[in-house]
Amino acid sequence: MRKLMFYLPLVLFLTLALFLLSGLFSNPMERESVTTNKPLPAFSLPDLMQPAQRWQPAQLRGETFLLNVWGTWCPTCNAELSYMTELKQQGVKIIGLYYVLPADPLLGESFDLALLQADVSNKLQQRGNPYQFNILDADRSLSLDLGVSGAPETFIVDSNGIVREHHIGDINPQVWRNKLAPLYQKWRQQDSTE
Amino acid sequence: MKILLQFLTLILFAMSAQATEEVLSFDNEAQRQLYQQLTAELRCPQCQNQNIADSNAIVSVDMRQKTYDMIKQGRQRDDVLDYMINRYGNFVHYQPPLNRYTLLLWLAPLLMLLALVALQVKRRRQQANESSAEIAEQPVSAPLDAELDKLIEQYRSKK
Repeated sequence: MRKLMFYLPLVLFLTLALFLLSGLFSNPMERESVTTNKPLPAFSLPDLMQPAQRWQPAQLRGETFLLNVWGTWCPTCNAELSYMTELKQQGVKIIGLYYVLPADPLLGESFDLALLQADVSNKLQQRGNPYQFNILDADRSLSLDLGVSGAPETFIVDSNGIVREHHIGDINPQVWRNKLAPLYQKWRQQDSTE
Repeated sequence: MKILLQFLTLILFAMSAQATEEVLSFDNEAQRQLYQQLTAELRCPQCQNQNIADSNAIVSVDMRQKTYDMIKQGRQRDDVLDYMINRYGNFVHYQPPLNRYTLLLWLAPLLMLLALVALQVKRRRQQANESSAEIAEQPVSAPLDAELDKLIEQYRSKK
């Protein structure tokens, strides 16, 4: 018993050290998303380029696609455009959800759609355009409903409009190959069997 | 002295200007308190360890706005918390619920307290045993005691 008590502090220390060591290699941004395996939340939002066209979840059904949350103001989003354009050429369907930066009325800023459209088409011309179309989330309501914490984030949505994966961070060849491509292929195959 | 006073007044004014940066109107004091409580309790999903009241990340601004809107609509504390947790998970609330993943977290303080009490009780018992053993030994050591007294006496007289 005495001996056991003698080693107790050492055991406690080693346990704590191992616990903290495992923390060093964990990704603090990674956590289970609660919006996956649920249908897309209800929304009716305008198209970024043709605002007269409104998009609703029912119109997005029929084929598995990536829903990419992005904005031209976000450097990481701009960086992933060219790789996603390659993916588009390989036949991956990507729809953009444009995450509008809140305008600060104190600085005299206000939301200007024409300016935003010019900015977006300019950026897409420079870097490549991976999107079938972009949904304009001006007050970020759909983003909030989807549990988006920032840009870029990407969702895999299946042909029935069920959100299957929520990826926080950019899409690069490594992330695509190791994480997203297998999931995308899996849900894609289910499309064709239906 | 006068300059110091003026300086202090200036600082005071600067502080009040900062405090009123975000002007929100509520129907009553209870709503204001609920808003302050909720924004302090909800955690920013984007930043590390900040509540949404302290954070200026876009998502925190939106969550504050949503909290404000819901309170103004007369929704209760649980409605707001459910709304946020349904979107951002338990991560978003600084008070984790009691379930099988968090059981250890909630029980740990209690377990530690119990372990401490047990340890203390054990020690007391051991000490009690030792002292009673000493009392039992005393008669045997009487000659030694006499010798010790003699030695002490010797050293005292030397000084």
